[in-house]
Amino acid sequence: MRRSALTLTTVAVAGLLLAGCSSSSTTGTSSATPSAPVSSTPALSGTINVFAAASLKEAFTKLGAQFETAHPGTKVVFNFGPSSGLATQITAGAPADVFASASTKNMDQVVSGGQVTSPTNFASNVMQIAVPPNNPANVTQLSDLTKSTVKVALCQQAVPCGVTAAKVFTNAKLTLVPVTQEIDVKAVLTKVALGEVDAGVVYVTDVRAAGTKVKGIVIPADVNASTKYPIATLTKAPNKATAQAFTDYVLSADGASVLTADAFAKP
Amino acid sequence: MTSQDRPPAKQRSRQAARAVQSRRAIPWPLGVPALLGALFLLVPLAGLLVRAPWLGLPRILADSQVLDALRLSLLSASAATALSLVFGVPLAWVLARSQVRGISVLRALVTLPLVLPPVVGGVALLLAFGRQGILGRLLDEWTGITLPFTTAGVVIAETFVAMPFLIITVEGAFRAADRGFEEAAATLGASRLTVFRTVTIPLIGPSLLAGAVLCWARALGEFGATITFAGNFPGRTQTMPLAVYVALESDPEAAVALSLVLLVVSIAVLAGLRDRWMTTGAAG
Repeated sequence: MRRSALTLTTVAVAGLLLAGCSSSSTTGTSSATPSAPVSSTPALSGTINVFAAASLKEAFTKLGAQFETAHPGTKVVFNFGPSSGLATQITAGAPADVFASASTKNMDQVVSGGQVTSPTNFASNVMQIAVPPNNPANVTQLSDLTKSTVKVALCQQAVPCGVTAAKVFTNAKLTLVPVTQEIDVKAVLTKVALGEVDAGVVYVTDVRAAGTKVKGIVIPADVNASTKYPIATLTKAPNKATAQAFTDYVLSADGASVLTADAFAKP
Repeated sequence: MTSQDRPPAKQRSRQAARAVQSRRAIPWPLGVPALLGALFLLVPLAGLLVRAPWLGLPRILADSQVLDALRLSLLSASAATALSLVFGVPLAWVLARSQVRGISVLRALVTLPLVLPPVVGGVALLLAFGRQGILGRLLDEWTGITLPFTTAGVVIAETFVAMPFLIITVEGAFRAADRGFEEAAATLGASRLTVFRTVTIPLIGPSLLAGAVLCWARALGEFGATITFAGNFPGRTQTMPLAVYVALESDPEAAVALSLVLLVVSIAVLAGLRDRWMTTGAAG
């Protein structure tokens, strides 16, 4: 009797372990950092959690550091990932203070969920072809990607970079079958940088941010597509004062200059 | 009427009964955390059942992408289990029986994927078997075959993560198996290979089955190594867990429905394993 109970437990634990392992997600879900007690003084303080599109990683990391320097006592914690995934997390009640999305569609999802009232567009972005530095498949133009010998990675269709890349191929009247639909734009870029695919379609800002790890090939403006980036402070932001200050900072001239330096276009 | 000494006697027996009962009762410092622990593990499962879109279930599950993912999952998990049996069982035997120095280090290393984050496993697989990987590069040059983004890549990722489950289960059984039978067979003139085939394998049968089922279940649930090494493409590399993850961002109801299917499979595995596991436990 006792033995059977014990073995049952062992099996149950093993089973749950199996189930648990399977759900290890690859998005860097921010561990909700316990925010410092919000003081009643008007001075900004405490931690804010900023949920931002993966393509904003470099620009927002810079903006966060500058904001922390300008307001000692504040701490900006980022959760970068696919906009669609972040929107799902927020509507499910994740403790976010600010949401910056790579498309108005995912922001609208949060607006209709009641977590945000008035988002503001702060940047836009166009697509570019990224190839490994040695360009093994000799990709020179968009139509090269449709060759059967060329392995292409795209974002999956639910995330903004996947939607925008699909628009590009529609505009160019091309049909592309990728070898993989990655979960966000950084995952596409990684597969290109590792040389596992011959090309990926990513944002021009990602090509810039990757430096020498990938080479960018410009997509003609007449077929290229763009996506707008909206930002908003959440209505139930745990640290609303600091969150609003960060949102304002992104929308300020200082914020715009950092974004422009990383190849983002004006909204 | 009853005599004067009887009620105390009854009382004594009642006291004794109470004492026994209180000894059997779970003391609250153990009972309360145990209850909370059980709730913690069960409430998320209840959440899945409560929020499941029961009415839309047939529509969602009949979707061709869902069926593709399910077919691919079953196929690749079975292939990964087959590979694990072919290579894992001999490896488990070597680990259990070899007297070579350093065998314990080898055991620790080959069971590392048990504790390694699967995404790290995926990155390691890319660097080894990817198109630019140390072995994958040669494979590409000599045969033109590349493994990432193929169903074969899914099987490799799943085998990498799941085979250690089979190895540790079977290795334990090899250690616990009664060597007397093997020695008897050997003294009757059977070769080592014959002994292995006709005596050792039947001896560890229940553990072999339990290990294979665990391995299969782990392969079925694999996510991190698969999405990193094999990518995500419907019908080719998008297994059920990947489909759940992707669906969560576009169609949460479908994600819940898919999760439900995996939950049913997991329960079936647990139910199937229970008896086998106990048998091997008793044999040990």
